[in-house]
Amino acid sequence: MSGKPVLHYANIRGRMEPIRWLLAAAGVEFEERILKTKDDLQKLRTDGCLLFQQVPMVEIDGMKMVQTRAILNYIAGKYNLYGKDLKERALIDMYVEGLADLFELIMYHEFKPANEKEKDLANIMDKATNRYLPVFEKVLKDHGHDFLVGNKLSKADVSLLENILWLEELKPDALAKFPLLQSFKARMSNIPSIKKFLQPGSAKKPLIQEKDIPSVIAIFH
Amino acid sequence: MSGKPVLHYVSVRGRMEPVKWLLAAAGVEFEERILKTKDDLQKLRTDGCLLFQQVPMVEIDGMKMVQTRAILNYIAGKYNLYGKDLKERALIDMYVGGTDDLMGFLLSFPFLSAEDKVKQCAFVVQKATSRYFPAYEKVLKDHGQDFLVGNRLSWADIHLLEAILMLEEKKSDALSGFPLLQAFKKRISSIPTIKKFLAPGSKRKPISDDKYVETVRRVLRMYYDVKPN
Repeated sequence: MSGKPVLHYANIRGRMEPIRWLLAAAGVEFEERILKTKDDLQKLRTDGCLLFQQVPMVEIDGMKMVQTRAILNYIAGKYNLYGKDLKERALIDMYVEGLADLFELIMYHEFKPANEKEKDLANIMDKATNRYLPVFEKVLKDHGHDFLVGNKLSKADVSLLENILWLEELKPDALAKFPLLQSFKARMSNIPSIKKFLQPGSAKKPLIQEKDIPSVIAIFH
Repeated sequence: MSGKPVLHYVSVRGRMEPVKWLLAAAGVEFEERILKTKDDLQKLRTDGCLLFQQVPMVEIDGMKMVQTRAILNYIAGKYNLYGKDLKERALIDMYVGGTDDLMGFLLSFPFLSAEDKVKQCAFVVQKATSRYFPAYEKVLKDHGQDFLVGNRLSWADIHLLEAILMLEEKKSDALSGFPLLQAFKKRISSIPTIKKFLAPGSKRKPISDDKYVETVRRVLRMYYDVKPN
């Protein structure tokens, strides 16, 4: 037993990717058990490993944690990425939850049928550029700090960077109207633990390939 | 200014109801501003009150908080309903995540067609009785304590009670086969603050009927073309 967290999920970004990001940003090495077939998922279920029969599941500190938010909150709390008090936590939670709404749209985009992709992308970019990105541009503008909350790296910054980069993969000029977010992105990407995660060979997952979609869907349905 | 939290939402249970439950259980009085028209929502937006242009929004401790989970996390933390340490918080977060998913299946229920309501009802009951209730029954069985986490009332207990009662509204014997949850329900319901919230005249919302549905559709401009799970 290595003591490292063990992540159980399919070989996609999906709901596990924010967890990979946060562990990486915290400089925590982890292992992955990739589910390849429905039987892999079924085995976890029959072994009693999944509280609600679902993944993501992360083995960490003697717990088999499920529920993405619970896992992220635990990691953030443990590695001091959750602010210094209740009020900073409130801000971080507001920002992270807003980004989670955006992430939900982005995450499912990979699985949209070809004839729906263009409309879906337009909806995502509309929400991103009119509802979400302006909020964070304003937050950075109003306090002039490098990080979203408390002048210190938190899970809100990690989540924002993750979403920004994924948006740019879908549309390279996603940040065109947001100069402060552009410099935020550059700054955050240079943080050593994050820079390492952004390099080839890291645990960061690529966008899913068309040919792999059916086998992934088969795991969950 | 009364100092009480002020809850801004429409006149259905929707996403604000868990916030009311938690405040009520903590013994915290609150006020409500009910949005009745599209203009009410628009005014909040143009006044810059809504971080992501959405409700729920709760004015509390000088903040205009949005995002239900953020609001609930803050209230739970402030009123000592979030466990004593990181590990208890982890358990609470996991359990609340489950009941949140379960109650989430009922969010769009008022807006479904009559036929789809029947389908959705069956779906939710099936999920409750085969996935979620067994998990919580086992938690209670394994430690034999009165509360889900840390032998003490927490947000997880309040959220589970809310979910149980919502399921029983859909199927009155939803808890048959779950004796520990039946006892849990009685126990948590008799906690004075919660008993008060369950009594007539409290701020707890009834099940939404058609009268409210059209108003909410108009105000939020959502829920027009809702499909069951």
